Amino acid sequence: MSAQILDIGLSIAQILLVLALGLALFRVIRGPRAQDRILGMDTLYLNAMLLILVFGVRTGSDLYLEPALIVGMLGFTATVALAKFLMRGEVIE
Amino acid sequence: MNGAELPVWVAVVVAGLAIAGAGLSLLGAFGLVRLSSFYDRVHAPTLGATLGMTMILLASWIYFAASGERLLPRELLVGLFLTVTTPVTLILLARAALFRDRTESGAAGKTEVPPAPLVE
Amino acid sequence: MRLFLPHPVLSLGLFVASILLSDSVAPPSIALALLVALAAPHVMRALGSETVRLRAPGAIIRLSALVLADIVRSNGAVAQILLDRRGRDRVSGFLHIPLQLKHPYGLAVLAIILTSTPGTLWVEYDRGSGRLLLHVLDLVDEERWVALVKGRYETLLLRIFE
Repeated sequence: MSAQILDIGLSIAQILLVLALGLALFRVIRGPRAQDRILGMDTLYLNAMLLILVFGVRTGSDLYLEPALIVGMLGFTATVALAKFLMRGEVIE
Repeated sequence: MNGAELPVWVAVVVAGLAIAGAGLSLLGAFGLVRLSSFYDRVHAPTLGATLGMTMILLASWIYFAASGERLLPRELLVGLFLTVTTPVTLILLARAALFRDRTESGAAGKTEVPPAPLVE
Repeated sequence: MRLFLPHPVLSLGLFVASILLSDSVAPPSIALALLVALAAPHVMRALGSETVRLRAPGAIIRLSALVLADIVRSNGAVAQILLDRRGRDRVSGFLHIPLQLKHPYGLAVLAIILTSTPGTLWVEYDRGSGRLLLHVLDLVDEERWVALVKGRYETLLLRIFE
């Protein structure tokens, strides 16, 4: 009983997150300006991280927490670097 | 399939929290598509990054604690990290956009932005 | 005490983070966590950052509770705005707020609070005039937002940091 509830519930959560990934990807492709694309990328990273976490619960394995943390860190670094690039036109001054 | 040994109410709570969190995050992404100006859109992903993230982390922690695999709330690390970094990225991005709108005024930016503070 | 633990709060945070990262409370992990917690603050001292002196613990607890409640509430408010089909009478815009708070850590906390709350975004702070530029998604009346930032958060932050 509880296995089915978990299976169905977590599948729904995964589908919702994949839809969110699609919407964020739409903003990345559509733009119209660079800052919109970067914001879309940031949302993409966030939802990918949440998807990995839900995936970890679904497989019942504790190993997925670190990948989620790494995706979050990469997302942060990438967004900061890109925002810096928008402001100055170069990342390293 | 795992999780069969969990009580039913724990399974319901975990599944409910995961769906609610994912739904909030989806709503944030939907706002990203729906809202019309950039400065409005910056607000949208915060939904997933605050309450949505918390709910999914809570679901994960309840699941692992209830199944006896791990009791330490390691999800706290992810939560703390996101709480500190999300504002930094959003503020930087908003300032970058503001900077671009100010320097190329009248070009593509439709929303009027406040002028830069005077530097003496 | 000062020499040994220059940043007690930082040490505690590092200790907990290290335990959580290594996912065990076995003696080796505790030894590593202790090492990190004792060594890292000395690097901070070399960087010359000042110690946070936390005053008014009651104010800290009240602020945390307020912020948590506000985040949940404004998640609902922003969700409503996004789901509203016709509502085109919503106005978003920029807002200037003069701040009394000068402490850099206090300002950082305020920035995190305001940006983490859906619907408000800290954009720019001018150190010279102490003016904060805020973007608000639902700018019904400016007075309410100014009162929210100044009355609700700033007074508590002033008590904690200054």
